[in-house]
Amino acid sequence: MAEKADTKKTTPRQSMSEQKPEVRRRNFQEVPLGYTMEQAMAEASRCLQCKKPGCVDGCPVAVDIPGFISLVTKGDMTGAIRNLWTKNSLPAVCGRVCPQEIQCEGNCIVGKKGDAVAIGNLERFVADYERMHGTGELPPKDKPTGKKVAVVGSGPSGLTVAGDLIRKGHDVTVLEAFHKPGGVLVYGIPEFRLPKEIVFSEVAFLERLGAKVECNQVVGRTVSLDELFEEGYNAVYLGVGAGLPKFMNIPGENLVGILSANEYLTRANLMKAYLYPNVDTPIPMGKNVVVLGAGNVAMDSARTAMRLGADSVRIVYRRSRDEMPARKAEIHHAEEEGIEFFLLTAPTRFVGDEKGRLTGMECLKMELGEPDASGRRRPIPVKGSEFMMDCDLVIVAVGAGANPLLTQTTPDLMLNKWGYITADPETGKTTKKGVWAGGDIVTGSATVILAMGAGRNSADSIHSYLTWGW
Amino acid sequence: MFKIVDRKEMAGGTIVLNEIEAPLIAKKAKPGQFVILKANETGERIPLTMADTNMEKGTITIIYMVVGKSTALFKSLKVGEGYQDVIGPLGKPTHLEKMGNVVCVGGGTGIAVLHPITRGLKEIGNNVVSIIGARSKDILILEDQMRSASHELHVCTDDGSYGHHGFVTEVLKQVLEKGDTKLVVAIGPVPMMKFVSKITKDFNVPTMVSLNPIMVDGTGMCGGCRVSVGGETKFACVDGPEFDGHQVDFDELMRRLQAYCEDEKKCYNDYCTLQQA
Repeated sequence: MAEKADTKKTTPRQSMSEQKPEVRRRNFQEVPLGYTMEQAMAEASRCLQCKKPGCVDGCPVAVDIPGFISLVTKGDMTGAIRNLWTKNSLPAVCGRVCPQEIQCEGNCIVGKKGDAVAIGNLERFVADYERMHGTGELPPKDKPTGKKVAVVGSGPSGLTVAGDLIRKGHDVTVLEAFHKPGGVLVYGIPEFRLPKEIVFSEVAFLERLGAKVECNQVVGRTVSLDELFEEGYNAVYLGVGAGLPKFMNIPGENLVGILSANEYLTRANLMKAYLYPNVDTPIPMGKNVVVLGAGNVAMDSARTAMRLGADSVRIVYRRSRDEMPARKAEIHHAEEEGIEFFLLTAPTRFVGDEKGRLTGMECLKMELGEPDASGRRRPIPVKGSEFMMDCDLVIVAVGAGANPLLTQTTPDLMLNKWGYITADPETGKTTKKGVWAGGDIVTGSATVILAMGAGRNSADSIHSYLTWGW
Repeated sequence: MFKIVDRKEMAGGTIVLNEIEAPLIAKKAKPGQFVILKANETGERIPLTMADTNMEKGTITIIYMVVGKSTALFKSLKVGEGYQDVIGPLGKPTHLEKMGNVVCVGGGTGIAVLHPITRGLKEIGNNVVSIIGARSKDILILEDQMRSASHELHVCTDDGSYGHHGFVTEVLKQVLEKGDTKLVVAIGPVPMMKFVSKITKDFNVPTMVSLNPIMVDGTGMCGGCRVSVGGETKFACVDGPEFDGHQVDFDELMRRLQAYCEDEKKCYNDYCTLQQA
């Protein structure tokens, strides 16, 4: 026993090897390279197997973390993936993009005195091992219930609902507006952070379980919500995402060379424009690129621009480093790759040439005042601090609003003042009978795992409704 | 796959018609709405306003001019082959209303989009005068269809090879001078819509134009299709594609349409060279 405790003490957190910054800044391959089996088992041995695990409380989908880690210590990867699947249909995704530092790993007891157990890295390892060397054996599934569920949107929350309900024996169809499933995992998060092959493999797993995935279905246009019920669906889950890009609303914003992060990333990720001209979708190749905003989407945009060959990439943000909403790891990766940060700086207008193409941006320096409604210190312009920044491409990554496409055609769905769907935070129930909603279309822009957590709650509630009628 | 069931070449092969099997879209589509098409795995998403739909057959019709690699790729598709993806119907349908005298002005492939709107305006009891134009007679499309969809049809060619020698705007002016026109619908190249809107503004006649800016998703997500209308930014995909011609900033639209001009030229030339090799 004493010996075991010593091992735990002496084994350091296993760091995952990464592509070197000077190499990866010009390619689209994934940055972290994954654990070896030895590393995974060494890392797993650091887990204290707490009786009351804080890590599980920190997980929005309550993965049995000590359980799967214990199986990893035994080298039972098949057991470990089955354990993960009971709570999480997308472990290869979550292992990569969850903010573990404020969730499971943030609650880890080992982390109180030293480095937390690398739960995310282990989750990723187990899921990757299954994909590459696994038996392909599916987890158990309940008997068919004969109930039909439509899941609108194939992003993280929709896929979670589909995964949960298909295993409970329901007949699940996922409707996706784009020509490929995955939602933000495919159009938003870049290849170097989440290879698309992994998303498609997670979707294929759900299809092997029996879920149907239909692309090119714009619910609200191709088919209405009421028509889905007429077609015989017993319940509908809406996980359509936020998806309406916000702009700065300052002069010159419609010049050629100013794109929303949604457009820029969709071209790069979904349409694979970084392979142009081997694919037909072009993407603007900026020499001097500016990204407005400092969230994860801003980091993704900046790092994409660098990989497309920009001479300089600058993040312009009106608050200070402490207020930047992006994950620390993403900010660190961006800095390592040579992305510059212009903090306490806000654009005031864009200027262009006679052809209407962007040539520069006027900025103002800011200073921080008293905290505002968001609890963050309010940026205040410094008088007379205007200066010009040369740029030929600006990517606007200042958030997204509610896309009204579906909600406009469904008048009996109650919305809040920002256009998001009103849903019970515990169950995801909307004001329309048989309709649930979750993810960004309810909460506004959040994270993959929070959308998955909302999906889990709705799936439980839909299952109760289909089983007992409430 | 969305199968092509009929295919015609017009205007010496520079304009192509495809009738495509898309029953879900055909059931829902109304005049003025568009679809997004993607030919194959590596293809680009291209928005095109529908020229016709047939609910019984479950088909939609598109008519496009070959202007770049993607449309050249579309042209290479034969009957029995098809598009990997067709998404729609997208955008708001045309608001059709009985108003009295209306004038429909079309140019180039815009005539294809104008045709179902013209037919709709006539069917609900308007008196429809149509004016269509092309650079020359051999690239004029849908003359007979437009004639039967209208009470009166004027044809113009830039080179004088057929009909009125000159621009549609000249004939439009004569028609407007007679007075009592309630609405002008103009669909065609951006400069045509710009000058039509200029004239109708002088006559104070409400004017509707249909825009086709660069888009990616067509559902309000990318904002690539933003246009300035009355000083406000609108998304053509969800707020349009039809707007008040007197409010649209056409110069900005023309500049935005040129965004990928160099890339497109190179891509098309490479594709043509490859096809010839």
